[in-house]
Amino acid sequence: LKCTEKYICCLSFQSKSDIISTVEFNHTGELLATGDKGGRVVIFQREQESKNQVHRRGEYNVYSTFQSHEPEFDYLKSLEIEEKINKIRWLPQQNAAYFLLSTNDKTVKLWKVSERDKRPEGYNLKDEEGRLRDPATITTLRVPVLRPMDLMVEATPRRVFANAHTYHINSISVNSDYETYMSADDLRINLWNFEITNQSFNIVDIKPANMEELTEVITAAEFHPHHCNTFVYSSSKGTIRLCDMRASALCDRHTKFFEEPEDPSNRSFFSEIISSISDVKFSHSGRYIMTRDYLTVKVWDLNMENRPIETYQVHDYLRSKLCSLYENDCIFDKFECVWNGSDSVIMTGSYNNFFRMFDRNTKRDVTLEASRENSKPRAILKPRKVCVGGKRRKDEISVDSLDFSKKILHTAWHPSENIIAVAATNNLYIFQDKVN
Amino acid sequence: MECALDAQSLISISLRKIHSSRTQRGGIKLHKNLLVSYVLRNARQLYLSERYAELYRRQQQQQQQQPPHHQHQHLAYAAPGMPARGAYPAPSDFGLHCSSQTTVLDLDTHVVTTVENGYLHQDCCASAHCPCCGQGAPGPGLSSAAGCKRKYYPGQEEEEDDEEEAGELGAEPPGGAPFAPCKRARFEDFCPDSSPDASNISNLISIFGSGFSGLVSRQPDSSEQPPPLNGQLCAKQALASLGAWTRAIVAF
Repeated sequence: LKCTEKYICCLSFQSKSDIISTVEFNHTGELLATGDKGGRVVIFQREQESKNQVHRRGEYNVYSTFQSHEPEFDYLKSLEIEEKINKIRWLPQQNAAYFLLSTNDKTVKLWKVSERDKRPEGYNLKDEEGRLRDPATITTLRVPVLRPMDLMVEATPRRVFANAHTYHINSISVNSDYETYMSADDLRINLWNFEITNQSFNIVDIKPANMEELTEVITAAEFHPHHCNTFVYSSSKGTIRLCDMRASALCDRHTKFFEEPEDPSNRSFFSEIISSISDVKFSHSGRYIMTRDYLTVKVWDLNMENRPIETYQVHDYLRSKLCSLYENDCIFDKFECVWNGSDSVIMTGSYNNFFRMFDRNTKRDVTLEASRENSKPRAILKPRKVCVGGKRRKDEISVDSLDFSKKILHTAWHPSENIIAVAATNNLYIFQDKVN
Repeated sequence: MECALDAQSLISISLRKIHSSRTQRGGIKLHKNLLVSYVLRNARQLYLSERYAELYRRQQQQQQQQPPHHQHQHLAYAAPGMPARGAYPAPSDFGLHCSSQTTVLDLDTHVVTTVENGYLHQDCCASAHCPCCGQGAPGPGLSSAAGCKRKYYPGQEEEEDDEEEAGELGAEPPGGAPFAPCKRARFEDFCPDSSPDASNISNLISIFGSGFSGLVSRQPDSSEQPPPLNGQLCAKQALASLGAWTRAIVAF
């Protein structure tokens, strides 16, 4: 993919109420799941490409909607537990049903999403409305038959993995063995087996003996895409640790430690905040990891721990605005980052509903905007530019005009095609690259 | 990097963030509070370095004058855990003539201790009518004066978790009454020897001691705070917030 390829909008979906808090394609790209602040999950399905309309690539429509998490109250700690969905991760499809994990701050749930297009009819003991019949009125017996019905998509919770996290869960990651997954909170990472809900193994614990000595927290964690014994976790200090579960049961000692020395000339009151990593993602190849901190995206080679191999400035013009961004809390925004299917392009969000793509090969980058005005169906996305100083050209936007309430924290890239999903507050946009 | 705000403003903004995080839905966010504490630390370091530069300048100018009489009295109140040691000149040399503070810097540990008007803030919280305790956010170390280990809070280990008995102590609910640490059996387990960390709190106190009216004036709409009578009460309120802050860092 070249960044100069044009993108068109093929879906613009507005959630009636809530801010979208996570977006994730499944392994084939057929399904796209979103979670929101209200604890709801909405799944979109790509329609089959029709032979009649070769010019229309498959578009995404709503497939299923369900309430995954509800608000809870922890009476012991006098705490309300938010129902906001922090992360959704799909399991690879192994039968007709789809499975996904969704999590809020405290509880992970495994959901089964399945279709029902037949219904049994002709019960002997129940009538058509399901009411029990008086056995005395039954004079004949018949075999119930399955009759077609309108397609219904059901979501059922199959497992609930609860009570294992004292702190707020920030990540879940399915292992390549498809039997286990991990959940990470601020200080601990637990390993689960999908079949067992009343037990989990603690594999990382960075809680100090004395909490006043706390200096860093875990911010994200992910399993290696191919090696089921390997995972990484990032910290609020801008470091990444790679751990091997074969080394010991408790992976407190890392196998590799990735850290870039701080540039002393950039030191400020907010150095610690902007170096905190908000997302970490393995490349599809498993050879690289990508991290996002407040101002940059970095690509690291697993074989080189002392510095990243690539650093991309997402919105460096904010460096002189950190004070205001601290005051209005924007400096704490946690942006995610994603790879495209071939690991040649990376994408991350910014403010003013802008999102950025960086082509690792050509070193070109583009800024695009996801907004209702720019996202009429089939409209081509126009590259945007932020004017940093000097004369502002006609199409440019000045830093001071940026709307910091419009932030794109969550994006997703189709596993094999140039289709991207972008969440802008309570709107979901899906863009495809333009064909011919 | 230029910052539009000075260190004191940053400190007050940061404290406000920590304080408001206690009432946020979903519980205290450990990560965010940790990051805010780094800003606090950075602002404090700048503030203190500016303060000491100023103090040193004044001390040079006013070398001839007698130190205020009450300073030695203040030292008597200093906690044993925070002795006036170090390579710096004696506190009397740094006396501020127009205020009632004594500030001491320990060069080894970079510990700063401030004593204000004859008693440490921890003592003030022990009094029943202390307004900061009335807010339901008691500062640490309520029960005793000098030498009290101020870092330990009930329920510090209560999140040690699922296997513990149901009788495990819960965290202090917001707005709860001031606690009495001596009644908590597990409290004993977490009293290490005095460490320089305890004086991080006094480090912040030294800031509030002088910069306080500014902090209060920035929060005119806060109905929780009683009307400040003077700078001392403001300092106590900040300490109350601090207790909340450090408790926020502790597992809830």
